[in-house]
Amino acid sequence: MIKLKVNRKEYAVDVSPDTPLLWVIRETIGLTGTKFGCGAAQCGACTVHLDGEAVRSCVTAVERAAGREVVTIEGLPDDLGMPLKDAWIAEDVPQCGYCQSGQIMAAAVLLRETTRPTDEDIDDCMTGNICRCGTYPRIRRAIHRAAAALSKGTGK
Amino acid sequence: MSRLILKKCSIGRSRWHWPIAGLVLLGARPALALVSFEDKAAVKKTAVKAQDDPDGSRRAFLAAYKVFMHPRCMNCHPSGDAPLQGEDSHVHGQNVKRGKDGTGKYALKCSNCHQDKHVAGENMPPGNPNWRLPSPEAPLIFQGRSPAALASQLKDPGRTGGKTLEQILHHVAEDKLVLGCWEPGEGRAKPPLSHGDFVREVQAWIEKGAHVPPP
Repeated sequence: MIKLKVNRKEYAVDVSPDTPLLWVIRETIGLTGTKFGCGAAQCGACTVHLDGEAVRSCVTAVERAAGREVVTIEGLPDDLGMPLKDAWIAEDVPQCGYCQSGQIMAAAVLLRETTRPTDEDIDDCMTGNICRCGTYPRIRRAIHRAAAALSKGTGK
Repeated sequence: MSRLILKKCSIGRSRWHWPIAGLVLLGARPALALVSFEDKAAVKKTAVKAQDDPDGSRRAFLAAYKVFMHPRCMNCHPSGDAPLQGEDSHVHGQNVKRGKDGTGKYALKCSNCHQDKHVAGENMPPGNPNWRLPSPEAPLIFQGRSPAALASQLKDPGRTGGKTLEQILHHVAEDKLVLGCWEPGEGRAKPPLSHGDFVREVQAWIEKGAHVPPP
């Protein structure tokens, strides 16, 4: 059994230690907000936070997460999560939506580390998250909107 | 004559860090007694007297240069602010940047994909516990450097982040990130010399006077 803490809840999962964390999150625990995209750390759809960092869960063996804090899109804390989700809705960002949970998890790291990101900061953070619908301009606007809300203290 | 003796190095157990290296190396001079390495095998003490040999020193550097410029080494010593990847040393995808300490930025930190060990499979992310680029203050550029330019750079502590030749020798001999170049994982070529031969050439270059090859 491998002990995990996912979204502040503890789990003991009976899986091989080399099972990708993504499969455990989706199939064993049942949190399906995190998506499978490429399986090779290339697209970012599977992004979750491991001790606060935006890891690619498709290439992360579950044993790496043992005893550490995993956060998925379902458990993103409101202090960053709500301003981002509100901005995503306001800018009508998603088209098909498949990549969006990974996009938001990456953006949350950006806003945690820099309160008013520039376009260059957004490029440096978000380029690794691919959106085949091409919603990049709306993602950029939504991040700026969320950052503005956070700086005004209107993030929920 | 001062001497430096290091006793042990093994992949997965080395605990060498630069600040410690600096303490151990205080007072060390060109006459070095270093462990010789044969790939991962460790521990063979040698005591070598310094002897200025310009031709031998330059020959040794030119042999080591082939390793310095190999993708396994050069990909983490780029001329720009982004790592390189692949056998053709193309700029790393995903707009990955060096960051303030050489470990990436924001959601694109090195260890988000590059873990302690390789992910199985061709073209999957290689791993190493020390995965990083040099810091932006001392980027230690290899890409595009001629033998003369690279040798001059390695001799200049102002361009190595204050690292001495002895410390550079320790980096190539013991840093797990360097050692990992000889266990590159599927689809990636090893450098053209064995790790042991590479360390011996770098050591010989230094011991014989650290002479710079002609431009």
